[in-house]
Amino acid sequence: MWALPLVLLLILGVVVIIFYAERKLSAFMQDRLGPMEAGPYGTLQFAADLLKLLQKEDIVPAAADKMLFKYAPLVIFASVLAGFAVIPLTPDLVPSGTPIGLFFLLAIVSLDVIGLLMAGWGSNNKYALLGAMRSVAQIVSYEIPAGLAILSVVIIGQSLDLQEISFQQGVHLQQFPGYAQEVNYLFGLKELGIDVTHVGGILSWNIVRVPLLSLGFIIYFIASLAECNRAPFDIPEAESELVAGFHVEYSGFRFATLFLAEYAMMLLVSLVAVILFLGSWNTPFPNMGPVRLADWTTGTLGAWSGNLWAFFWLVNKALVLMVVQVWLRWTFPRMRVDQLMHLCWKILTPAALVLVLIAAVWRLLMI
Amino acid sequence: MENPQEKIGSLQRRGFWRDLQSLWQGLGLTWRHLFQARERRSPLHIADPNYFQQDTGVVTLTYPYESLPVPENGRYRLHNEIDDCIVCDLCAKICPVDCITIESVKATEEIGETSDGTKKRLYAPVFDIDLAKCCYCGLCTTVCPTDCLTMTKVYDFAEVDIKNMIYHFTDLTPEQAEEKKKLWADQQEAIAVAKAEAMKARQQQKGE
Repeated sequence: MWALPLVLLLILGVVVIIFYAERKLSAFMQDRLGPMEAGPYGTLQFAADLLKLLQKEDIVPAAADKMLFKYAPLVIFASVLAGFAVIPLTPDLVPSGTPIGLFFLLAIVSLDVIGLLMAGWGSNNKYALLGAMRSVAQIVSYEIPAGLAILSVVIIGQSLDLQEISFQQGVHLQQFPGYAQEVNYLFGLKELGIDVTHVGGILSWNIVRVPLLSLGFIIYFIASLAECNRAPFDIPEAESELVAGFHVEYSGFRFATLFLAEYAMMLLVSLVAVILFLGSWNTPFPNMGPVRLADWTTGTLGAWSGNLWAFFWLVNKALVLMVVQVWLRWTFPRMRVDQLMHLCWKILTPAALVLVLIAAVWRLLMI
Repeated sequence: MENPQEKIGSLQRRGFWRDLQSLWQGLGLTWRHLFQARERRSPLHIADPNYFQQDTGVVTLTYPYESLPVPENGRYRLHNEIDDCIVCDLCAKICPVDCITIESVKATEEIGETSDGTKKRLYAPVFDIDLAKCCYCGLCTTVCPTDCLTMTKVYDFAEVDIKNMIYHFTDLTPEQAEEKKKLWADQQEAIAVAKAEAMKARQQQKGE
């Protein structure tokens, strides 16, 4: 019942952190200082910006399709927010623990593009429309390599339930209903005969369990950057050609909503990457003999300690990924639209297809 | 292919791996700068031997709190040393943007001496420089015969109200200026009266 406010709180908290971090990190990477005036070291800059956005006039262009224009930010934010419904935050807390969570997530987040088209078309501005078309083309294209990379995880994990995939990657494996007899072998290979079920840590993460999935992680990560319109794939924003993409006509709180949706999308794709590839809410430390690092940093399943540790690991791994997103943004120049499509269709998609094939073979070896 | 050096040199490589390498180098570059941001470049004078040695760290100057040292002979803001001014009006005449306004009142007697020994015979009830108009060409300072008009190294003199950019250099209050004008007029009148009387006396002498 209180999953929605909790998720909203999580989104807003992480957005505040990453919004500040992005400004500071980008400044430091460019030998600047970043915000310094509002609050100590500019920590209150986000509050100042929010206040500024809130008191701006809410402009709706006279010739705009008012209905589409006004509801587009809502559709965009709602579709991203709905994606959070199936994200397991801790072993006990998942807003909606449906067995087809991953499928639902991919489907509902795709609704994002309808919101983008609504915004672009409703603005009655050719720049906004062009920006929306580019945005949509990009997101639709990149869903294919992202979907294939996710598919390879599904093949390995044999599940669409994000909570089940999370349990597979840690020391709590046998506590999941129906998993009492399951065993995690090193690299997933029974032939090697090294049982790591109770070692846990990084050894049971998907990228180590099936080392090929680290390639899948890279494919997914690149595609996810494009999905949330982050640099170097932020061609919808290409300011030299398109002013500011599909949201050029938006002001005030509507713009803030679009902005929040972008950052929420960053968080969502990072969370999905963490859950699918980087051990979800499981600790990175393995048990080593008497040094029970994994047990110490996992807590007890069902107790406060278990939930807090799980939340801590999940959010921190996602934050690390978001810092990488920021790092990439401030390093790489924006790609041209043809380079973007070249990367998607000629490199990532074939690579992901091969990955799916190999993942299927690997799954056979795991039995 | 013939030269083994070429095969090793990263720039000679083509395609995917070279691209990957250059992407990785880019990431390394920004990462390095991220950690160098722990240092900051200090606001050194250009004459400092270390001025060009500081090639890492944050370059931003948090301006109102710190600023770059200005050279001793920096020429930014006009200043008139009114005690040395002989109100010759040369600066106002040569100013290309007419930012100097001068009015003068003749003195009844010599009113002093400038620091270079020139006699002062004029009061300046108005000596205004509109620094909002000033184009910093420095012509006025070169024509000034007594070197009373100089450009100082003060460069931060922004004002909220543009009227405050007009600098008043006169050392007379309006009352004093009136008084000096009256003194001059009285003296002229007295001279005229004396002249008229002298003329009259001469004519009378001739008549007798």
